[in-house]
Amino acid sequence: MSEYDLQKVSIREVNQALHDLTDGANDTEITISNPGGMHNIACGVDSPVSVKIDGHTGYYCAGMNKLANIEVNGNVGTGVAENMMSGTVRVRGNASQSAGATAHGGLLVIEGDAAARCGISMKGIDIVVKGSVGHLAAFMGQSGRMVVCGDAGDALGDSLYEARLYVKGKVKSLGADCIEKEMRPEHLEELKALLDAAGMDEDPKAFKRYGSARQLYNFKVDNMSAY
Amino acid sequence: MCGIVGLYLKNSALQGKLGALFAPMLIEMADRGRDSTGIAIYGDEVDDSHVKLTLQHEDINFDWPAVVAALEKGVGAPVDWFQNAGAIVAKVKGDGTAARSLLSSEFPDVAVRSIGLSIEILKDIGSPEAISEKFNIPGMKGTHAIGHTRMATESAVTTDGSHPFSTGYDLCLVHNGSLSNHNRLRAYLKKQGIVFETMNDSEVAAGYVMWRMQQGKSLEEALIAALDDLDGFYTLTVGTRDGFAVVRDRIACKPAILAETDDYVAMASEYRALASLPGIKNARLWEPEPGEVYAWGHTAHEGISRQELELA
Repeated sequence: MSEYDLQKVSIREVNQALHDLTDGANDTEITISNPGGMHNIACGVDSPVSVKIDGHTGYYCAGMNKLANIEVNGNVGTGVAENMMSGTVRVRGNASQSAGATAHGGLLVIEGDAAARCGISMKGIDIVVKGSVGHLAAFMGQSGRMVVCGDAGDALGDSLYEARLYVKGKVKSLGADCIEKEMRPEHLEELKALLDAAGMDEDPKAFKRYGSARQLYNFKVDNMSAY
Repeated sequence: MCGIVGLYLKNSALQGKLGALFAPMLIEMADRGRDSTGIAIYGDEVDDSHVKLTLQHEDINFDWPAVVAALEKGVGAPVDWFQNAGAIVAKVKGDGTAARSLLSSEFPDVAVRSIGLSIEILKDIGSPEAISEKFNIPGMKGTHAIGHTRMATESAVTTDGSHPFSTGYDLCLVHNGSLSNHNRLRAYLKKQGIVFETMNDSEVAAGYVMWRMQQGKSLEEALIAALDDLDGFYTLTVGTRDGFAVVRDRIACKPAILAETDDYVAMASEYRALASLPGIKNARLWEPEPGEVYAWGHTAHEGISRQELELA
């Protein structure tokens, strides 16, 4: 059990201490207080520890996370859990733009709203948002799942590859090549597992599924004149 | 990058501490830009038979008493004034028209940074720490202030190219972002009679707002029109006599966060600039939505109250 007060120790010292933890370390419960909106808090953690951050954080909080369970009791700035590989990141408040950007794995839970470009270029992460997401959510998403219990903004799933999107509320507009798809039993099952993992008490049947129409995968000679 | 901060006090008991609350916000945004720094501070209002001018000259030993004497002679009334580093604030009788024409003919090297009943714009090359100390920002009193820390991208690092830019009586604008159509828009606005001092893109946004308001548009209408006419990335904050307004372009790459308590409304590029404010832990925090205009101020009818205008 370690506690770090970011008003007393530098962010570099805290992150170094987190990086020095190895698999099997005894110190598996870490608390960080007074984050004051600082950038890069708990970035690059790569051991199965639990990190609790008490307050609002700045950019790239929990970026590149691997194995750790990181919880923010506040709002997060741009790019929370960007490039996450595995583990869990839970945000009790709202997230700014580009939450979970380019992340390969793990679970990101946002209990408030997420702003624009949530899950941009997602590559395998699961993202569950209790509130709503802004415009261009899952833009160029390649794989992984996104669950939105509230509404989605403009251009949901624009230029989507294979990420699967589930939205309960209204979708303001769908992006290029994103379409609504049939909700089959395996999808209800998948969605229920995601909601359970995130601790959300929602009925999977209330959601709609969106995915790629797969029309932008390959260059079509018919579109030559557009270039 | 570039950093923006704004602080509007709802609780008048805090007005004596405006600078002390505001300076740490500005300094926290040094990481977003330290090429130049500027603020617009509102307070110490003159009565409407007078106007307050903020003048600046690059020579720290400039002969300001000679300028004041010429102004007094020109308007036929005494001028109350004080110096702050390379700038002076002069309270001049009249609406400022005669004073400005006298300054441009007799003292062409003197820059008129702001004009209005309440506004003072102070800006210079240098980091927020340096500029805060130079103008003694922590000691300032007032009702509200906006500030800018610049990381120059589109034009040279000069005092003229620093923010805020005056956009008319008691109005000014700061910008985080870059405009891609500023050359064509500047050429168009010049034809409409708007004067530009620099090749800076943000000055074009300021000139645009000025032009729209000269056409009779309200500030909110001018900012809504800007959403269609300004091409590029921007978070704009406009200081007004009784508050400030915020707008982000529809793509909303450039950040902004707002906080409100019973005592104040604060705005910043990043939360960390707000973290030093009293009561921030319990403040209502939110990001302004893309393509929407937000404005706060007190009006004669309502006393001090918040107006959140969602007109887009």
